[in-house]
Amino acid sequence: MKQFFSFVGKEFRHIFRDRRTMLILLAMPVVLIILFGFAITTEVNHVRLAVYAPSNDELTRRITERFSANDYFDIVETVRDPKQIDALFRRNRIDAVLLFGHDFQNDLMHTGQGTARLIVDGSEPNSASMMTTYAENILAGYRAELAAENATSLSPTILPQVKLLYNPQMKSAYSFVPGVMGLILILICAMMTSISIVREKERGSMEVLLVSPVRPIAIILAKVVPYFCISTVNLISILLLTVYVLKVPIEGSLFWLSLLSLVYIFVALAMGLLISSLLATQVTAMIASGLLLMLPVMVLSGMIFPIENMPGILQALSTIVPARWYVAGIKKIMIEGLPVSYVLKELGILSLMALLLITASLKTFKNRLE
Amino acid sequence: MEQTVILTENLTKRFGNFTAVDHISFEVHRGEIFGFLGANGAGKTTAMRMLCGLSRPSEGRGSVAGFDIARQPEQIKRNIGYMSQKFSLYEDLKVWENIRLFGGIYGLSERQIAEGTDRLLRTLDFEAERNTLVKSLPLGWKQKLAFSVAIFHAPKIVFLDEPTGGVDPSTRRQFWELIYDAAERGITVFVTTHYMDEAEYCNRVSIMVDGRIEALDSPRELKRRFQAESMDQVFTQLARRAKRSEG
Repeated sequence: MKQFFSFVGKEFRHIFRDRRTMLILLAMPVVLIILFGFAITTEVNHVRLAVYAPSNDELTRRITERFSANDYFDIVETVRDPKQIDALFRRNRIDAVLLFGHDFQNDLMHTGQGTARLIVDGSEPNSASMMTTYAENILAGYRAELAAENATSLSPTILPQVKLLYNPQMKSAYSFVPGVMGLILILICAMMTSISIVREKERGSMEVLLVSPVRPIAIILAKVVPYFCISTVNLISILLLTVYVLKVPIEGSLFWLSLLSLVYIFVALAMGLLISSLLATQVTAMIASGLLLMLPVMVLSGMIFPIENMPGILQALSTIVPARWYVAGIKKIMIEGLPVSYVLKELGILSLMALLLITASLKTFKNRLE
Repeated sequence: MEQTVILTENLTKRFGNFTAVDHISFEVHRGEIFGFLGANGAGKTTAMRMLCGLSRPSEGRGSVAGFDIARQPEQIKRNIGYMSQKFSLYEDLKVWENIRLFGGIYGLSERQIAEGTDRLLRTLDFEAERNTLVKSLPLGWKQKLAFSVAIFHAPKIVFLDEPTGGVDPSTRRQFWELIYDAAERGITVFVTTHYMDEAEYCNRVSIMVDGRIEALDSPRELKRRFQAESMDQVFTQLARRAKRSEG
């Protein structure tokens, strides 16, 4: 036990001596959360809107005026032929287009239902969702006004049909917090652990340690402890920032959130161990972690690109990325506030991965010693 | 009476159909400085790894400090020290932190570590460097410190793997003074080296060629037998027989 603590002390010293790296490790989650957070909450102003109003009646004119009076929208085009719309989007002349039904006023007055379609450039999902919300608000406001005018008759409804081009699901908007958590934990646990073990191999100190009576498992565990602590600090800072700065409340149970994170941390640590027992130099460990860990987390975890939109082969590939399950589970607990019974699948898969990876990495680690 | 601390009988290590160490048998006595020589790829490192309990022999047997190398590697590890050229000490730790770490690894008590550290720094005349990061010490100092750390827990045997690589002759001589001190205190020194002048300092020397021990005797005897003036010439004569390419 004493050996173990001398070792843990040594690992902490290594980290504290390397101030710059430590600062990066501690500041990175803060920076990422703030960056992502403010990228999302930034308001969308001066949306370039085109209007297509075939009936050109009073109501469509009034609604159009509403939009142009609003700061958020600038009406830049009046479209005569819907075929033009595609070209306008492609030439990046407009961000959104409002299409009224063929006989808008008549429909609204006689059947009580008018159709206004909004087509939005979804290539930037965050702004797209903002535009949609604004537009819906304007339409809803007008509808209320209209209802007040015709208090006697049936209250007319305008059905806003929203169509998002390029990214119909809009799933990524709120996944960034879970995504950043998934990324940071992988980065610190896996990459830093693997680099620090490989560093000992590269410098030859591993040999000296192996000749000493310290058991290999103690060396590994001692490496893992400080990074585990840093990951926990990061987890806490991410959650605090999320709740108090981004004002995204944690809807579900904090306990299960932490447990899921713990399991994920184990997966990440085991991946780091596996990488370190397979590679010999810090540079290769860095590259391998970058390619094998960071990239899949960014691309295949649903953090940036919604998994549902991926081609089948990438969806299949994403099932072996632990971050995918972690991000999905955290999203359910944290954002959607679902009880733990809904994340049993994610929890189960991650536990299984942790078990497999830890077994595999301890085995390869032992084999390499021979 | 001479006490045997290292004993091997037909010790062999094969990797696939390549025999890295081929039936070597020798004895090392307590307090002896035993030079383990051989060209690169002759099998020195593999043999040493087996003696340290890092690698299991394919055939033959051996014992170190009275423990069997195949069955009791853990006990062996408690009784040996190890130092290699590649790794001296943790560069980003201070001098005393390195000493403390290795004291802790070998299970010394706080008091033993504190007293030992004072003694060690005094002996090396390093008291002013107690709080210095190892990376800012000159290479020769690092190696002297590394050797002192390797024998800090008073092992029965210390294995030195090319301990003086890259150091100038005068620093090497100072280093060897430390080795002699240790040997006088009864620590057996098992040393591999490239420098033939260092081979002269050893009590006995074995020379490995292609996984076998081709010669084993005191430097003086070897020079007489090979009618050579220096260990360098002895080594060259033997190394010429090597069939394996270097590397």
